[in-house]
Amino acid sequence: MSTTDTDGIAEAGDDGGESVESFRTRARAWLADTMPPLPDGATNQLLAREDESGERARRLQRLLFDGGFAGISFPAAYGGQGLSRAHQRAFTQESLPYQMPTVFNVPTLSILAPTLLDFGTEEQKVRYIPAMLSGDELWVQFLSEPSGGSDLAGLVTRATRDGDVFVLNGSKIWSSGAFRSDYSLCLARTDWKVPKHRGLTMFILKIHQPGIEVRQIKMVNGTGEFCQEFFDDVLIPATDVVGEVNDGWTVASRLLFHERDATGGGSPYVSGVATAAAGQDGQRSDLLELARETGQTADPRVRQLVAEARVNDRVQSQLVERVTTGIRTGAFPLPAGAIPSLFAATNTERHFDIGLEIAGAGAGAWIDDDADRWGETYLLRQGLSLGGGSNEMQRNIISERVLGMPREYAADRDKPFDEVRHN
Amino acid sequence: MDLRLSDDQQLFRETTRKFLESTCPLETVRRLADAEPAGFDKKWWKRGAELGWVSMLVPEEDGGGSISGHGLLDLVLVAEEMGRLVSPGPLVPTNVVAAALARSGTPTQRREFLPGLVNGDTVAAWCLGTPVAGIDTAGGRVEAAPRDGGYVLDGVTGPVEAGGQADLYLVTIHTGDGVTQCVVPSDTPGVAVGPAHGLDLVRRYAQVRFDQVVVPPDGVLGVAGDAASDAERQLQIAVVLQVAEMVGALDRAFEFTVEYAFDRYSFGRPLASYQALKHRFADMKTWLEASQATAAAAARAVDTESPLAPELASVAKSYVGERGPAILQDCVQLHGGIGVTWDHDLHLYLRRVVTDRSQFGTPSDHRERVAVAMGM
Ligand SMILES: Cc1cc2nc3c(=O)[nH]c(=O)nc-3n(C[C@H](O)[C@H](O)[C@H](O)COP(=O)(O)OP(=O)(O)OC[C@H]3O[C@@H](n4cnc5c(N)ncnc54)[C@H](O)[C@@H]3O)c2cc1C
Ligand SMILES: Cc1cc2nc3c(=O)[nH]c(=O)nc-3n(C[C@H](O)[C@H](O)[C@H](O)COP(=O)(O)OP(=O)(O)OC[C@H]3O[C@@H](n4cnc5c(N)ncnc54)[C@H](O)[C@@H]3O)c2cc1C
Repeated sequence: MSTTDTDGIAEAGDDGGESVESFRTRARAWLADTMPPLPDGATNQLLAREDESGERARRLQRLLFDGGFAGISFPAAYGGQGLSRAHQRAFTQESLPYQMPTVFNVPTLSILAPTLLDFGTEEQKVRYIPAMLSGDELWVQFLSEPSGGSDLAGLVTRATRDGDVFVLNGSKIWSSGAFRSDYSLCLARTDWKVPKHRGLTMFILKIHQPGIEVRQIKMVNGTGEFCQEFFDDVLIPATDVVGEVNDGWTVASRLLFHERDATGGGSPYVSGVATAAAGQDGQRSDLLELARETGQTADPRVRQLVAEARVNDRVQSQLVERVTTGIRTGAFPLPAGAIPSLFAATNTERHFDIGLEIAGAGAGAWIDDDADRWGETYLLRQGLSLGGGSNEMQRNIISERVLGMPREYAADRDKPFDEVRHN
Repeated sequence: MDLRLSDDQQLFRETTRKFLESTCPLETVRRLADAEPAGFDKKWWKRGAELGWVSMLVPEEDGGGSISGHGLLDLVLVAEEMGRLVSPGPLVPTNVVAAALARSGTPTQRREFLPGLVNGDTVAAWCLGTPVAGIDTAGGRVEAAPRDGGYVLDGVTGPVEAGGQADLYLVTIHTGDGVTQCVVPSDTPGVAVGPAHGLDLVRRYAQVRFDQVVVPPDGVLGVAGDAASDAERQLQIAVVLQVAEMVGALDRAFEFTVEYAFDRYSFGRPLASYQALKHRFADMKTWLEASQATAAAAARAVDTESPLAPELASVAKSYVGERGPAILQDCVQLHGGIGVTWDHDLHLYLRRVVTDRSQFGTPSDHRERVAVAMGM
């Protein structure tokens, strides 16, 4: 038996299993034989944009699964490989030149699967996690609602118990990629007579079924990633409750912890992406390439800017490493995960600002339509600062739950939810 | 602080902290500022040396030795603790010179100079007589004319930390098309010390002049004309120690500013209850943890002489050098009017951090080094 950490992931090298280096060698050979290389100049991010339906990602994920390289840090009992973070890191490093199903990382494998591992019943884990790892099922989170996202516990989508089923009515919004996805974790209100955190339940919800309408929402950059869903008397079997009825906040809090890990770059379940956890510090090279393409690498001002972005990226991965270690060893409380999330979001804001500066006039008007369009990239600058909990929410968490400062005044504290004013 | 300390390192850190708290609290620092021309008490420095303050980068056969086998990581603990109490003492220059002697010194040089440095009887200063490793020297230049297998030095360097207190100078100069380093005892004929001023209350600077100073062949450290990598290594060590000191200072100043926010009331509420201020504390906490993380990563890279060491040292210096003063000025702001008074301790920290930010390369100097490391 291998020793495991608080999060149940194997530690490298202490179970007599395959060493990281031997695994790396095997992975390298397998990748070369099996996975399609990235075409010149392409990135997995760009390819994912062209794969709106997700069919390409599902095929690639299936290749990983059949080859024994899917879910490297997931337990073998649920279709994973049961290996350590170090094995996952090694695999990611080897995988960077190849096409990878990166769409599966967030939220399916890094947020929703770990939440099911934490709270799902044995039947739920056996039914759903292998299907994620094999590329058969993509997942999405149904949390935010038109009435508000930051005040998640104040949501108003209603699930009413009727014998062995719950009846769902209401609407979810900003769910990324719901149109191409199969399942969701959906948080809904099951008791209106108690204060808001105590009347929520988390459900596994099949997306494409009678009573659910999914609409794509056009985003500022023209893509239709965002969706809104409308629920009209959708029937959910009671066996699809995750955790306890009316204890959905506990499950949601854990989900949000995994989300901070994923957005901050510390998740051990992300594969094939040069995140901080992958040990590929400072790999973002888009600004250096922009400086090269625009012939500005000798300009001292541009050198300062490109180097500043590199410094921030390096520090980001060092910070992820520090906070992940701190949380795992108990030196930091769980909410400290908000620290790398806030850093990643503000670093991204700065990264886009620097790109805009280096792009110069080309950010606003251009001739060559194939060139990287920094202006358009810049339009989505706030994405990471809102999605996964806004920067303001992260700052509340850090000041209140890491530094112990007084909580914000809340007009709804301890009040039965049906007496609370809401949108 | 690095989160991965061994028990022995923890113990060493606690011993250092207790020693500093009992022998050199902030009142003592303030008193030394006025009363002690050297900025530190030599007997006190010798007691610190007994605790290992100059041993860590020197091998056991030369009288040194570390706690963990990773001397720089152990020394970083001292630098952090000294930052927390804005302690006096020539920690950076003496250790940089000791490390240089241990690395490249001949047996005679090591025997002659290391014991005194390690046991605290003597201190050393690093005189940059030429820009090294992309870091400028504020105009100071020393010219070197070859003579009889050694050199004759002419010129001026400074401000040099501990220049007026040092018994020994390590002088880095340009010769031919390379870098050369010389060890010059301060009582060598032709060496003179002139005044210079520093922002820090207890860190002393001086100009060091060289007027026809004869360096015999055995005064050359390492290979003449081929010491650029030695100088680069010295810079990295200096930067790691500076960054550790800044992080220690920031950690302490942030700690008492948070306490102040809980204790001070306005409009019937503690300052810590206002979201506008809570969010600033959250930002500061994030920058502080980031500073801790990059300081530890740089120390590890330089300790193991990793190929990434030049870049990671400069990453840490440019990040902490930029954020450090910003965090402290925020602490001043959050204290209100008391924060800009002489009697409040914040300015001791601000002075120390601004000094560290500015010496051995500013954040922009180090960003330029990062650009070079990126292949630009
Ligand atoms: C790119 C992207 C992807 C997303 N993907 C998903 C997804 O897959 N699934 C999903 O459920 N949601 C998703 N979201 C939604 C996201 O979680 C919400 O946008 C976010 O939680 C904010 O909620 P809101 O948009 O309703 O803004 P609001 O909550 O109305 O907030 C508006 C502004 O007010 C600030 N604010 C609100 N309350 C406070 C307070 N108490 N103190 C200080 N400031 C406050 C917020 O920080 C924000 O700046 C995504 C969002 C983005 C941008
Ligand atoms: C250079 C200088 C000259 C001055 N000259 C004069 C003068 O001539 N005459 C005179 O009477 N005074 C003078 N002052 C005093 C100045 O008006 C006060 O320092 C200032 O009002 C802040 O008060 P405080 O120092 O007590 O800080 P505090 O009121 O204790 O505030 C501490 C910090 O908390 C913040 N804070 C406090 N309450 C809130 C809140 N509700 N929401 C958000 N943030 C809050 C403040 O902005 C500050 O950052 C001077 C101050 C300085 C620095």
